Amino acid sequence: MKNGDITFGLGVVGAIFGSLLLIGFLVTVGWERPPMDVTQQGYRGLGMEDVTNPRTESMKMAMNAALEAPYDVSPGGTPVSQIRDVYKNVQVLGDLNEDQFNRLMLVITEWVSPDQGCAYCHNEANMASDEKYTKTVSRGMLEMTMALNKDWGDHVKETGVTCYTCHRGNPVPVNVWSTNPGPKQAGGWAANRNGQNMATASNGSTSLPFDPFTNLLAGDGMISVNSMGALPSGSDRNTQDAEQTYGLMMHFSSSLGVNCTHCHNSRAFWDWDQSPPTRLQAQAGIGMVREINSKYIEPLAGILPDDREGSLGDVLKANCATCHQGVNKPLYGAPMAKDYPALSGK
Amino acid sequence: MSEYQNIFTRVQVRGHPEEGVPLEYGERDRVGKPFFSYWAGVIGNAQIGPIYLGWLGVSSLLFGFIAFEIIGLNMWASVNWDPVQFVRQLFWLSLDPPAPSYGLSIPPMNEGGWWLLTGFFLTLSVLLWWARMYQRAVELGMGTHVAWAFASAIWLFLVLGFIRPLLMGNWGEAVPFGIFSHLDWTAAFSIRYGNLFYNPFHMLSIAFLYGSAVLFAMHGATILAVSRYGGDREIEQIVDRGTASERAGLFWRWTMGFNATMESIHRWAWWFAVLTPLTGGIGILLTGTVVDNWYLWAVKHGVAPMYPDVWLGGN
Repeated sequence: MKNGDITFGLGVVGAIFGSLLLIGFLVTVGWERPPMDVTQQGYRGLGMEDVTNPRTESMKMAMNAALEAPYDVSPGGTPVSQIRDVYKNVQVLGDLNEDQFNRLMLVITEWVSPDQGCAYCHNEANMASDEKYTKTVSRGMLEMTMALNKDWGDHVKETGVTCYTCHRGNPVPVNVWSTNPGPKQAGGWAANRNGQNMATASNGSTSLPFDPFTNLLAGDGMISVNSMGALPSGSDRNTQDAEQTYGLMMHFSSSLGVNCTHCHNSRAFWDWDQSPPTRLQAQAGIGMVREINSKYIEPLAGILPDDREGSLGDVLKANCATCHQGVNKPLYGAPMAKDYPALSGK
Repeated sequence: MSEYQNIFTRVQVRGHPEEGVPLEYGERDRVGKPFFSYWAGVIGNAQIGPIYLGWLGVSSLLFGFIAFEIIGLNMWASVNWDPVQFVRQLFWLSLDPPAPSYGLSIPPMNEGGWWLLTGFFLTLSVLLWWARMYQRAVELGMGTHVAWAFASAIWLFLVLGFIRPLLMGNWGEAVPFGIFSHLDWTAAFSIRYGNLFYNPFHMLSIAFLYGSAVLFAMHGATILAVSRYGGDREIEQIVDRGTASERAGLFWRWTMGFNATMESIHRWAWWFAVLTPLTGGIGILLTGTVVDNWYLWAVKHGVAPMYPDVWLGGN
């Protein structure tokens, strides 16, 4: 065999391997073809734009459709008709009248456990009983919903949230997270994966850290990485901190279906003076998610069964995707909460 | 046939292989019987070999192989020795430097120790290869321009992985070994230090990098365009300027107002190439050590303009 044949053979093998690799990347990484719709957000010529894909918009709208209230009920209620005087053990919704209460129970079933029905939370022989853990969880979640609508107007604005914002007909919302140790590694002396270098939905298929949530959304780890002076002034924030923050930001971006410039001026990511106002709403969202996780979800750890826990035994928690589900305003901003004043917490 | 070979010439000469000039030392270490490859001839010289490695080359390849193996085996271990996942996730896999909390101490092997060891072997390999290039050039009676250009790239490599982490006081500031991970590191590095685009040495490095590409394209196009007049005999044309040089020079004076010479174009190209990593390395070295936020540095020195505060879309 001539040397020329050998190099030709190697060249062909290389070309085939290279083409397969290229096709593999094109198919797996989730690239979207142009053209995209671009909406100018900031001053002209700076690329302060929202980029959306017109070809996926109708699918996203169908997947994020709001539900209408099933029927109207008489507003308000006199003290005489308060439901706490009719049913036993009504701890958080006691002020409602009977019509309001029954309709809310009906829609919660539709929102959270449409297949399982009332029995998902209630002992149908004794509706007042707290014997099912799901009922206790529901009560906590109702308190949470009220608190979010009452105290977190900086994030949920006038739209507010309902159970459906997260649940969408599932007893456990689809987009939840638990501390992610990553897949099994060889262990021993071999280098550990360092919580990164794996394509996941949470980090937007980059090799950035895939679980920034445990530190930054369940804990109160520091997200900001920049120093506010031109010259070194003793900041202990480092490049690896920036990687973790970057991982979290990839989650923000993919959860909301937005690009960086939706909230940041990319020439100075940290600078509030140059950021779009949307960043204030996102900042409030960070505080809100931390409160959801630390005040309302983690305290339920004691009563949740094993299949409601992650691989390390921590409870399934919330992040941006839990409500947003790929859309800038959950359910495209449909004000479902306005039909249910009881959820306003006021 | 007396046709001169350049890259567009399809004629390949086959004769006794070129053995190279006789050398004072090291001649006996040339290995391999030279042969011709048609496909190598399509893009360059068809002759392959002989090869000279010597102890510098052999040890450089050995240490380089050790570094490559440490990286590869650790990547493979991180997918629990699964060969399919190793190939599937290869571009995402990485051997990462230790956490900053370890400072400059030697961390446990599984938490950055392998990274440090890899850096040691890779640096050794690169430096030995540099010495080999320098020594081979001297042996052939050449100038050492190639070795010094390579040294410029090694400077940037050492700043990123060794000198700057040393000054910052922890190995955690260094670059991971991995395809996507080193790119993600670059983006995170820029964000941490307030946008590297406002770093004037980064600006210079980009100018020299793009400038190198433009110069390379201009030079290549010019020589190909005048090769019909013997312009591809560039070295001869330096000392014996012919019609090819004169036409090429006039072309650029007409179109650009100025022309390089057959000699100076190569100095232009060499300096543009050398200055790319040289200025880039200075820019990296200053980041975090002397300047902590490049955008604010640029504002302080009147580089970055402020724009009107207009938010059209609201939220």
